[in-house]
Amino acid sequence: MSDLRDLYQELILDHTKRPRNFGQLATANRKAEGFNPLCGDRVTVHLELDGDTVREIHFEGSGCAISTASASLMTEAIKGLRVEDARALFEQVHKLVTGASGPNGGGPSLGKLVVLAGVRDYPIRVKCASLPWHTLCAALSGGDETVTTE
Amino acid sequence: MKAPRRAHPRERSSSGLDVARIRKDFPILERTIRGKPLVYINNAATTQKPRAVIDAVSRYYAHYNSNVHRGLDELTEQATEAFETARAKAQSFIGAADEREVVFVRGTTEAINLVAQSFVRPRMREGDEILITEMEHHSNIVPWQLVCEQTGARLRVLPFDERGELVLEQLDQLLTPRTRFLALAHVSNALGTVNPVGQIVDAARAAGVPVLVDGAQAAPHLRVDVRELGCDFYAFSGHKTYGPTGIGVLYGRAELLDAMPPYHGGGEMIRSVTFERTTYHDIPYKFEAGTPNTAGAIGLGAAIDYLAGIDAAALQAHEEEVLAYATEKVSEVPGVRVTGTAKEKVSIVSFVMEGVHAHDVGTILDREGVAARAGHHCAQPVMQHFGVPATTRASFGLYNTRQEVDRLIEGLHRVHEIFG
Repeated sequence: MSDLRDLYQELILDHTKRPRNFGQLATANRKAEGFNPLCGDRVTVHLELDGDTVREIHFEGSGCAISTASASLMTEAIKGLRVEDARALFEQVHKLVTGASGPNGGGPSLGKLVVLAGVRDYPIRVKCASLPWHTLCAALSGGDETVTTE
Repeated sequence: MKAPRRAHPRERSSSGLDVARIRKDFPILERTIRGKPLVYINNAATTQKPRAVIDAVSRYYAHYNSNVHRGLDELTEQATEAFETARAKAQSFIGAADEREVVFVRGTTEAINLVAQSFVRPRMREGDEILITEMEHHSNIVPWQLVCEQTGARLRVLPFDERGELVLEQLDQLLTPRTRFLALAHVSNALGTVNPVGQIVDAARAAGVPVLVDGAQAAPHLRVDVRELGCDFYAFSGHKTYGPTGIGVLYGRAELLDAMPPYHGGGEMIRSVTFERTTYHDIPYKFEAGTPNTAGAIGLGAAIDYLAGIDAAALQAHEEEVLAYATEKVSEVPGVRVTGTAKEKVSIVSFVMEGVHAHDVGTILDREGVAARAGHHCAQPVMQHFGVPATTRASFGLYNTRQEVDRLIEGLHRVHEIFG
């Protein structure tokens, strides 16, 4: 049971059941869609960019607990960041969930996001955690294409 | 399928099938997953292989590997003999009249694509129609969409109802004067529904429409007799029928196969080749270009022999019993909705859990040693029908037991523990 709890930590379950910053964003000026054709998870990231800063970020879509929690936690972490720092955070999270950043995760700057580290023991689920982040990157780049995990 | 067929499902199986002995025939069932005995209930994706199949394949490679139909040596003779014997076994497995009507292909997908391109495509004119059903696997949708794109034909779809049964009342109306072909599943891979294929074939033939039946999910569970069904084409896969991957069978009525152009060009499928003119081999070789999957065919033959050695009535009774028990127990789990409750079903219990995504169910079951499938099952239109992105699907084979169903149920309770 303990290893399942590493994946489904309370914080993950909390964000799954009560996703933060969920829904459309009236002030959005950037948007991107992400799709995982393997499982059908869909996520749309809405951004309000103010110059070089992410003023506001919302997401919507349907997905598993991991992708929903990852998206919800992402919106909390990204809001207020400069684009450059948001991209840097994406890199850190990517290393965290793929296990590339070592057993202790990505260090203190990740904050709450370290709960996503549990995914690294479930290779099939890594894409669930990373889909919202890839979609964020696409939104930051201003691309209109749908991002897929494949 | 809602009501249990037996009053006391925990009593010893009354099917008469010696399941314990059967389980010993499948080496993989001895292994554990994360310290727990493997519960393999993903049989609609692929079945496990009995030792007889594994041994037949390895004996071929160890003792008489050679290229069939190409040489005069002893090895070639033995390999060819085994390959053609496998064809004869496949012929009798589906009740075909003639060995020449059995074409070896990679699997059901290739069989359907072969028929789509060699039989249907040349017959289609703009505005003609191909009829399929709403419960088809993507492999019985996309090949027809390709033909439609290539010819300007239209795809029409016979819907299913809330139980997962085809709405037969609409069949007559969908069989129009423009309908040139009908393709449907014998058994739905997402719902487990057994379709009334005989009745549908009769209606299609009355309208002069040839029929292909996708038998991928039927072959491992039902006795198949293509002449009784009256269909023009029938396809199934070796790996879903306790045989190897990469081998399958396309049955086609001889006069249709005879009239069809080849699907692939290459060696084996020709009689003579010059740069000016090539003449093709007879059926079925005309459709078997290149070196075939000899080991696969031999393995499939061994799988058919294996199934033939099991009492068919006892096997059916056992599978019905496990399905009824699983349907009852899964339905009792709080927050679970079973998708697909047709009267005639085999093997499959597909379901959603309120508030929990199928992939999370799948991950938790996996940690409990239970291998089920979570996803859209290559049948996205079926998911759309029920308004869900994915389901969890338990699909049973001849070696599954009620005790394994209990392990599934324990896993589902674990899901509740975690998601609260």
